[in-house]
Amino acid sequence: MLPDERRLHLHHGPIDLIVEAFGPERLQALALAEARFQTVLSELVEELKVLRQPCEPDRKFHGAIARRMQLGVEYFLPRFITPMAAVAGAVADEILEAMGAGEGIDRIYVNNGGDTAIYLSPGHSMKAAIAAPFRAEIAIQSTDHSRGVATSGWRGRSQSLGIADTVSVVASNCASADAAATMIANAVNLPGHTNISRTMALEISPDSDLGEQLATVDVGDLTDTDVETALNNGELLAQTCVHEGAIDGAMLILKNSIRQVGTMDLIHTNTGELAIA
Amino acid sequence: MNSDTLTKPEKIRCDACPVMCYVAEGKAGACDRYANENGRIIRCDPLTILDRQLEKGGEIRPFLKSDWDGKMLEGGEVFVSAIGSGTTYPDYKPAPFIVSRQVGGVDFVTVVTEAIFSYCGVKIKIDTDRHLGHEGAIVRASGEVIGHVMTGEYGSQMLSLGGVDHLTGGSKAEGRITCDSLLKLCNKQAVELEIDEGSKVVVQAGKAPIVDGVTETRMRVGCGSATIGMFASQWRGLVDEVVVIDDHITGVVSEHQAGKVLGWEDTGIKIKGRRSTPGRYFQVAEPGLGWGGTNIEDPSVILGPWNAKKGAKPGLRLMMVSTTGEQHAYYVLDDDLVPQLQDMPDSLLPSVQLIEENCEPSLCSVLFMCGAGGSLRSGATKNPVLLTRSVQALKTSVTCGGADVYVWPGGGITFMVDVLKLPDDSFGYVPTPAIVAPLEFTVSLDDYLALGGHQDAIRAIGDIVEHGGEYGANARLTAFGDKGD
Repeated sequence: MLPDERRLHLHHGPIDLIVEAFGPERLQALALAEARFQTVLSELVEELKVLRQPCEPDRKFHGAIARRMQLGVEYFLPRFITPMAAVAGAVADEILEAMGAGEGIDRIYVNNGGDTAIYLSPGHSMKAAIAAPFRAEIAIQSTDHSRGVATSGWRGRSQSLGIADTVSVVASNCASADAAATMIANAVNLPGHTNISRTMALEISPDSDLGEQLATVDVGDLTDTDVETALNNGELLAQTCVHEGAIDGAMLILKNSIRQVGTMDLIHTNTGELAIA
Repeated sequence: MNSDTLTKPEKIRCDACPVMCYVAEGKAGACDRYANENGRIIRCDPLTILDRQLEKGGEIRPFLKSDWDGKMLEGGEVFVSAIGSGTTYPDYKPAPFIVSRQVGGVDFVTVVTEAIFSYCGVKIKIDTDRHLGHEGAIVRASGEVIGHVMTGEYGSQMLSLGGVDHLTGGSKAEGRITCDSLLKLCNKQAVELEIDEGSKVVVQAGKAPIVDGVTETRMRVGCGSATIGMFASQWRGLVDEVVVIDDHITGVVSEHQAGKVLGWEDTGIKIKGRRSTPGRYFQVAEPGLGWGGTNIEDPSVILGPWNAKKGAKPGLRLMMVSTTGEQHAYYVLDDDLVPQLQDMPDSLLPSVQLIEENCEPSLCSVLFMCGAGGSLRSGATKNPVLLTRSVQALKTSVTCGGADVYVWPGGGITFMVDVLKLPDDSFGYVPTPAIVAPLEFTVSLDDYLALGGHQDAIRAIGDIVEHGGEYGANARLTAFGDKGD
């Protein structure tokens, strides 16, 4: 439990979760989260080798989290994607489900390093801050379809093949949002651009599921046209995802430009000098 | 840009968690907590080195090799503590640090680890006269049972919190809240405790207890009877009768042995309560938060009718005072021998103040207690029981974060340590739940080798400071914790 006595911090190896529940049964729900967490990492490690390989349709995994990862990324086939693109979201979804939300619980969030799974009982809503160079929040109502929020970008903890500063996605679950954020961030790209530095992923992280693909390590100056072109590339994929029902909405940020797709409605935007596309 | 560091293909495997990341040179693993620096896995939290030369409360500062004149490491002034050393559970590997240094020309070895304790708890001493709860009463935090009330001691109440039954024997929530409470108490933070059929008390090591919202200030000078004995001579001539109200033993000067010796005359006083020996009364009221740890707000309620045949007379002067001097009242008997409240004469105030002055500040003391008898011993030696025997034979000394501990006689290595003697935030936890505490064994080199120590893992202290350990290159130099005032 963190010093505020409200949020539970669960940490094992690379997994860091912040969990908070609201309602009279909150402590019971947090206890269930902690109980479920005990074996999360070892379950993943058991199948880690295959989880790091490119996704294949209908591959069956033993672990519940691994199965969530597979489900989260399958939509993007036949593009290149590994189940690891949804690992953070899948863990958040699994913990959320283990918390057995129901009577006595109003709201829950399970935040796995920025990828967050949400439970809302009827009539409740949750505000979530979205990573952006300005203050950006979204509000999810219990009547909305979305229960997962995830963010990806080349500056983040995981490697990205694209140049988006951040891509935030809302979807019906966190694993899907995670996979989509990863893929849309990869798509915000300018292949071959000389001001973008890239390195083979496995040189940065020898275990990387991206192998010899080129991960972005620095983005230099870009012209306005460059920025618009890169965002167009990402927006195209985001729109497809929304159209086909894979996600509910997305927000793409590169340099000082922002695109919004689908139902991702920001509240409280202090736009300042940002160009809103 | 990172491209310059990427030209080196060095990659090593981190064994700090089951993911077993391969980590490239200059990079962190998936957790961002362990990194590869010059071909070694380092932990990002710095190892703590306690510097006896720093003043108490001295600021933690990063150790820079260029600042080091070498002097600090002479004469046992620097001690490598286990705080931030990392752990090697399961313990088939040698402890993270096995350090040699010379003290008085003899080579000593200190084995340093952070140990995970499921068998642990805290014993708490709360300086207060107030009744916190009955012996054996349940103590709760956040509604969960985490311990019980132990004995009432002289001016203090003892609590026992934690222990394996609460950490692992109860519900998940019980274990979690117990672990969380122990961690806070050990790290010198405040915890609110609730005693069944008793008080709410906020406990923090080295700070005054807060009982039902009121901060305790003073510990009583003694029981009521002892207070009479200490101050009877100073009241002589200024007042005709003194009653010192105490939940345990209320004293009456005219009847008390100390008063008799000084020639105090009978006053015909009648105390409602169980008389023990002359001038000493038990159970004058119920325990509570009023005068002297009783539930008394108006002290005159303990007085029965005054007996004229035994010396009561109009104008007789009576002082009633609590064992801390915090409460006091002055009465004069009227013509009907009923005590009437009056202002305390100035002549009596110094004696009341003297009681207060003789009371020490009320504090909470937190002693961490645990058993280091398990597998962690094999991190120190290849034959674990030899370490136990060596500790019991006083050849190996045990310290916790550099602080001296009291090792219990009998089997195993069960010890207690005052958490104030450790640097801040020395304790951690694992979700098991269990407490992680620093632990060091120090033994002469000869004895260490005799008990099957990991000879190959011994390193010089200068080497530790310069190069760190398996999981850490950064050391911090810090003062020892509070040695107690």
